Amino acid sequence: MPKKINFQGKSLVSITDLSKLDIIQVLKIADELKKEPQPHLLDGYVMGSCFFEPSTRTRLSFETAMQRLGGRVIGFAEAGTTSGKKGETLYDTIKMVSGYTDVVVMRHPLEGAARRATEASDKPILNGGDGANQHPTQTLLDLFTIKECQKKLQGITVAMVGDLKYGRTVHSLAEALRHFGARLYFVAPESLQMPNSICEELKTQGIKFSLHENIDSIINKVDILYMTRIQAERFPDKMEYEKVKNIYVLTPRMLDKAKPNMRVMHPLPRVNEIETGVDNTPHAYYFEQAKNGLYVRQALLGLVLGKL
Amino acid sequence: MDKTLLVSAIKKGTVIDHIVKGQAIKIIKLLNLASHDKRVTLGLNLPSKTQHHKDLIKVEGRELTPAEANSVAILTPQATINIIDDYRVVKKFTCKLPEKIKHIIVCPNPQCITNHEEMDTNFQVNQEKKQVKLQCHYCEKKFNQDEITSYNT
Repeated sequence: MPKKINFQGKSLVSITDLSKLDIIQVLKIADELKKEPQPHLLDGYVMGSCFFEPSTRTRLSFETAMQRLGGRVIGFAEAGTTSGKKGETLYDTIKMVSGYTDVVVMRHPLEGAARRATEASDKPILNGGDGANQHPTQTLLDLFTIKECQKKLQGITVAMVGDLKYGRTVHSLAEALRHFGARLYFVAPESLQMPNSICEELKTQGIKFSLHENIDSIINKVDILYMTRIQAERFPDKMEYEKVKNIYVLTPRMLDKAKPNMRVMHPLPRVNEIETGVDNTPHAYYFEQAKNGLYVRQALLGLVLGKL
Repeated sequence: MDKTLLVSAIKKGTVIDHIVKGQAIKIIKLLNLASHDKRVTLGLNLPSKTQHHKDLIKVEGRELTPAEANSVAILTPQATINIIDDYRVVKKFTCKLPEKIKHIIVCPNPQCITNHEEMDTNFQVNQEKKQVKLQCHYCEKKFNQDEITSYNT
């Protein structure tokens, strides 16, 4: 039986803040909460929801997670409604919010904003995304979903497809999967392949991976096909974007070669990289994935508030 | 053969010797040596027995602190620091790569929070193979030493 880790009062800024045992514990508690809801666990607690930039899934699932555990939520959904517009620093805003609340969830367009917030707050900070840097709760819900649909985390094969250069989701997931001996396939055009720095780290840690340019060559080998959106806003040259924007479109026909246990995941929103026809196949798992965000965020809230 | 050094000796202060060729000007910037009224003598591309060519800096009337000396190590790990008093070397030590560097480095990532709020920067220093790598505590980006171009003074 692994030793239980005490999360009370701790912040979660980066997936690298968590050890393998920490991750396993969060996933186990999320699973328990999914099976057996605890509607009064956080009665009397207040969560500060500080979204300095727009978010749909992360904000709604965090706020719902708190409310479904009996807690309450205060906050804002865009920076325009805060004193930041009057020139208030992030430090001051967070210091003030943490005075009103028991835990602060935040998203901010600047990288490192969540780490900075931990210096202003004596309450736990949960990072809901800081620019292109980290989004650790997404990684945890991805791991939870993989474990749920594959019944294990150890030794699975995962293909990551699309924008692997700029996508923080795939960077963090690759980082986390190193704990579980995954075999990784990176599918991207050369211009959007996984950054060298990450490939070097995976090599150092002995994680097997290979680079590919099309889905067909690997679809029969993998347990998870992790699709990502090619993000127009990341391309300085719009011509370059036009060349690659529709390069990976998953169709129901392409799934003929997939293993029966293979599941398709996507952090959403999707644009056109997964045809809607895929939604009705047994391989589609992206809406379950989004739903799982609720349980993982409930687990984190309960843990950092010392109630689990 | 005339063995006199091309730059004059100093009475009291610090000599930073064995600087990797080409790094002395960056060290002047890093330690903000140009903005006070102490005399600073700079030697570039000087002959060296061990390095073929080296740079050298003499600072009059100022003794570098160990923290300042160690911050030099991110640019030139094998530099030696000589503390001079009455024209004699009274202390001599090599730089030691610090584990962390606070305040001095400006993060090269324009999207890093440290470039948008009034706050200190903080870098973790790692030696990877023969390269010095600096990782920002906030945005978590890793940089080679030659990617750092600005310093807080």
